[in-house]
Amino acid sequence: MKETIIIAGFGGQGVLSMGKILAYSGVMQDLEVTWMPSYGPEMRGGTANVTVIISDKRISSPVADSYDTAIILNQQSMDKFESKVKPGGILIYDTNGIITPPTRTDIEIYSIDAATECARLGQAKMFNTMILGGYLKIKPVVEMEYVMQGLKKSLPERAWKFLPQNEAAIQHGAEIIKKVR
Amino acid sequence: MAEKEVKLMKGNEVIAHAAVRCGCDGYFGYPITPQSEVMETLMELKPWESTGMVVLQAESEVSSINMVYGGAATGKKVMTSSSSPGVSLMSEGLSYLAACELPCLVVNCQRGGPGLGTIQPSQGDYFQACKGGGHGDFHLLVLAPASVQEMYDFVGLGFDLAFKYRIPALLLADGAIGQMMEKVVFSPQLPRRSDEQIAQECGSWAACGKGSRKERNVATSLFLQPDELEVLNDRLQAKYREIEANEVRYEEFMCDDAEYILVAFGSSARICSATVEMAREQGIKLGLLRPITLYPFPYEPLKQMAERGVKGFMSVELNAGQMVEDVRLAIEGKAPVTHYGRTGGVIFNPESVLEALKTNLLK
Repeated sequence: MKETIIIAGFGGQGVLSMGKILAYSGVMQDLEVTWMPSYGPEMRGGTANVTVIISDKRISSPVADSYDTAIILNQQSMDKFESKVKPGGILIYDTNGIITPPTRTDIEIYSIDAATECARLGQAKMFNTMILGGYLKIKPVVEMEYVMQGLKKSLPERAWKFLPQNEAAIQHGAEIIKKVR
Repeated sequence: MAEKEVKLMKGNEVIAHAAVRCGCDGYFGYPITPQSEVMETLMELKPWESTGMVVLQAESEVSSINMVYGGAATGKKVMTSSSSPGVSLMSEGLSYLAACELPCLVVNCQRGGPGLGTIQPSQGDYFQACKGGGHGDFHLLVLAPASVQEMYDFVGLGFDLAFKYRIPALLLADGAIGQMMEKVVFSPQLPRRSDEQIAQECGSWAACGKGSRKERNVATSLFLQPDELEVLNDRLQAKYREIEANEVRYEEFMCDDAEYILVAFGSSARICSATVEMAREQGIKLGLLRPITLYPFPYEPLKQMAERGVKGFMSVELNAGQMVEDVRLAIEGKAPVTHYGRTGGVIFNPESVLEALKTNLLK
């Protein structure tokens, strides 16, 4: 098993921390992981992305040119990464702010209205864990037990009081993700 | 048995943890992307409250390397870290440290150059690290980590080798290894050495108090008499020959039956190991030799590969072709040697390395 994921969106959406929760979940399940962020000029221009690889074998390259799954959270990232999903791979996107929806027919496409749902619930900070929940519903690369452990490990102790809310958001994300085609 | 401490951390963060855990006495640095997390993590760890380690932000890289110079002269375990432009500023200090035969650890988390360049990863400082980086005939002992675990392990190893040979050790990483998170297993906390231990271990050379000795120890690189300076140079060169004989480290990946060999270090080696796997799936007998020490360089294993009939070598580097010169020296014209690289902070991927191999060597 080897899953190469790109998570891409705006800085502040929790892109890097979503990747960290996922990577830490893999560590908890005794899998190999790499987490490679964008930290360059694109970060300073407002967009952020991270490549996470989870594998049951030693991971050679932490750098990838194509992905099993792309989680896309803004239009710039859609323009950049839709073409980078492997044929037969998965693209998940939040519809909020997407002007040009994905057009590829050789991949599975899912949408999740997490931004709208978080706004409705008044829980903007649960956005990334809700998306993560949607992803794990489609691709359960890590068992939920370890995801909860990974979540706790990723958060500083002062934020542990938000763990139940995040767990609920993960479950809610799994409920609201929809297959587009 | 105690449970292993498995963490998920950035390469830069583990440098800080490793420094504290191996009993480092002092860190002196100045922030620069992409290595700023080293000092940030140290400031969070506050080791001055636990082990007594000093962490100090100097006013510049020139100051930090000279603080290292001072600390090292007293036999303390001291270090600094920076990224390419900052390491250039340290060049003079490194030459002085080498001349005075002082042990220390310097971390260079390389970024794209020349000049101020970019904050993205690069391996453009190979020449600076291995062929000088300061005036005069000297070497640094250069270690090239290719994983977050090696970033951790090589801090302790770097200090050990630095003290064993009384030579500045350089950990040559890059922005990719520094910023990437992977699993890392921590080693147990070692105590810092006491003043008595330092006097016992380093008393023959360190300025750690005259004690009952007749003469004071002096750390100096000024020898106005040519004969005297040549004595120092002869001693340094003898030490370098000893290091070249004893401390070459490298890793082979699928080299046993390989007809073609990639040579790559650090993050490039990680990418190339995926290239090797892809090539094998296509029936191409490709292997990877990863130098772990860049100085001393693994000339001998490469030479032996050429002698047993390897058909070609490609040095794969995030630069315009630097280590390839050492690969050529090793191969001595016995087989074609070529280079593939990207510059300016652009990272190649396993596919493009394979394409380059096909274009350059398999044509």
